[in-house]
Amino acid sequence: MSEPEAVSVLELRSVSKVYRQGTAEVHALAAVSLSVRAGEMVAVMGPSGSGKSTLLTIAGSLEDPSHGEVLVGGAVLAGLPRAAKARLRRRVIGYVFQDFNLLPGLTAVENVALPLELDGVAVRRARAAGTAALASLGLAGRACRFPDELSGGERQRVAIARALVGDRRLLLADEPSGALDSVNAEEVMQLLHEACQRGVAAVVVTHDAQLASWADRVVFLRDGRVTGQTSPPSGPESLLSPEQRQ
Amino acid sequence: MSVPHALLALLSEGPKFGLQLREEFEARTGEVWPLNVGQVYKTLGRLERDGLAESEGNGDDGPQKRFRITVGGEAELAAWLRTPPDLTAPPRDELVMKVLVAVRVPGVDVHEVIQAHRLYLVELMQQWTRLKDGEARTDLGLALAVDAELFRLDAVTRWLDAADARLRRAAAEPPQSAPAGAPQLRRTVARR
Repeated sequence: MSEPEAVSVLELRSVSKVYRQGTAEVHALAAVSLSVRAGEMVAVMGPSGSGKSTLLTIAGSLEDPSHGEVLVGGAVLAGLPRAAKARLRRRVIGYVFQDFNLLPGLTAVENVALPLELDGVAVRRARAAGTAALASLGLAGRACRFPDELSGGERQRVAIARALVGDRRLLLADEPSGALDSVNAEEVMQLLHEACQRGVAAVVVTHDAQLASWADRVVFLRDGRVTGQTSPPSGPESLLSPEQRQ
Repeated sequence: MSVPHALLALLSEGPKFGLQLREEFEARTGEVWPLNVGQVYKTLGRLERDGLAESEGNGDDGPQKRFRITVGGEAELAAWLRTPPDLTAPPRDELVMKVLVAVRVPGVDVHEVIQAHRLYLVELMQQWTRLKDGEARTDLGLALAVDAELFRLDAVTRWLDAADARLRRAAAEPPQSAPAGAPQLRRTVARR
């Protein structure tokens, strides 16, 4: 058994995923191990078809691995009853998608409060939590606007508020700023980074190195395998070494 | 970086001392381009010789001497700002050379070589991003300079991604022999 050190919020232990296409087998993930601590942002980079999105759906318990184990908050997902897994998805895990996935008929605050309401929280309390989440992302004045009255950057901030509302501890983001211009994209990454500084663990899938560079650790995926990861970052002062100063 | 023009830009705001110019130059460029005092005075001397700047006072050398821009200096600065730098010739890029060479060396996995460089570049970008998230939040000059560096490194990682994909595709389906006109075209491009 492993040592009882600090529990990872998310842990993949030698996870593989095999899809069958007729008689052929496609290995979307091959023995991937990954551990994400509270407060840590991990970016997963790789080209299309490298297994990034599969990794995210398995981490979010939306799909089961063919082999290996997934632990969220120390609990092995495979051992959980269906209802408990669904509860985990509602209460612990937040999702951010490239195309925001907001419901057009609901206002910003209604969108943000929805996961809590679905989880049985009283409407008034859910709305209060939604309002607070929006305010923490600088959207207090936008709470009663509908998605089509918001800019792309604002919509993604609403989606992040929805992913974080109710003290969720694991944020899974799939190309969260893919639909935004570079300044708005950077703002989204900055907000995710700040959420991690407050203790959230995040996995961000992207093919964009600039966005990945916001992460504490970047894991490279290729053909379903981890091909490398960055070492713990050194401080920016090392950039201003004499070699740089010319 | 053209130090003479950067100094002219600072003088266009009003007369300044040499030391002050050095401090302001470093602050404006986000301290990404440090400059020593000797360089500042040498450049000011040249600007004076060319009639683009002039010193105030009795002509004594030293830190107490203030400099101002001349009308000629203002014209030179305005022209320089609008003149695009020469970007026609591709720079000799060591990384490009390494990947091109790796393709030819027996026993070397070019994809592994590419990944090693990609990893290094992303680590470097992480450091720049940390700088952007820190000091650059309150320092516009630094934010712009860091952006420029991040976009430059990003372009290199994109090239590596493209090279990686292109080499994989070529390995899967070897390219057909080049049409007769192709070598000629290559030589024309190389000669430019």
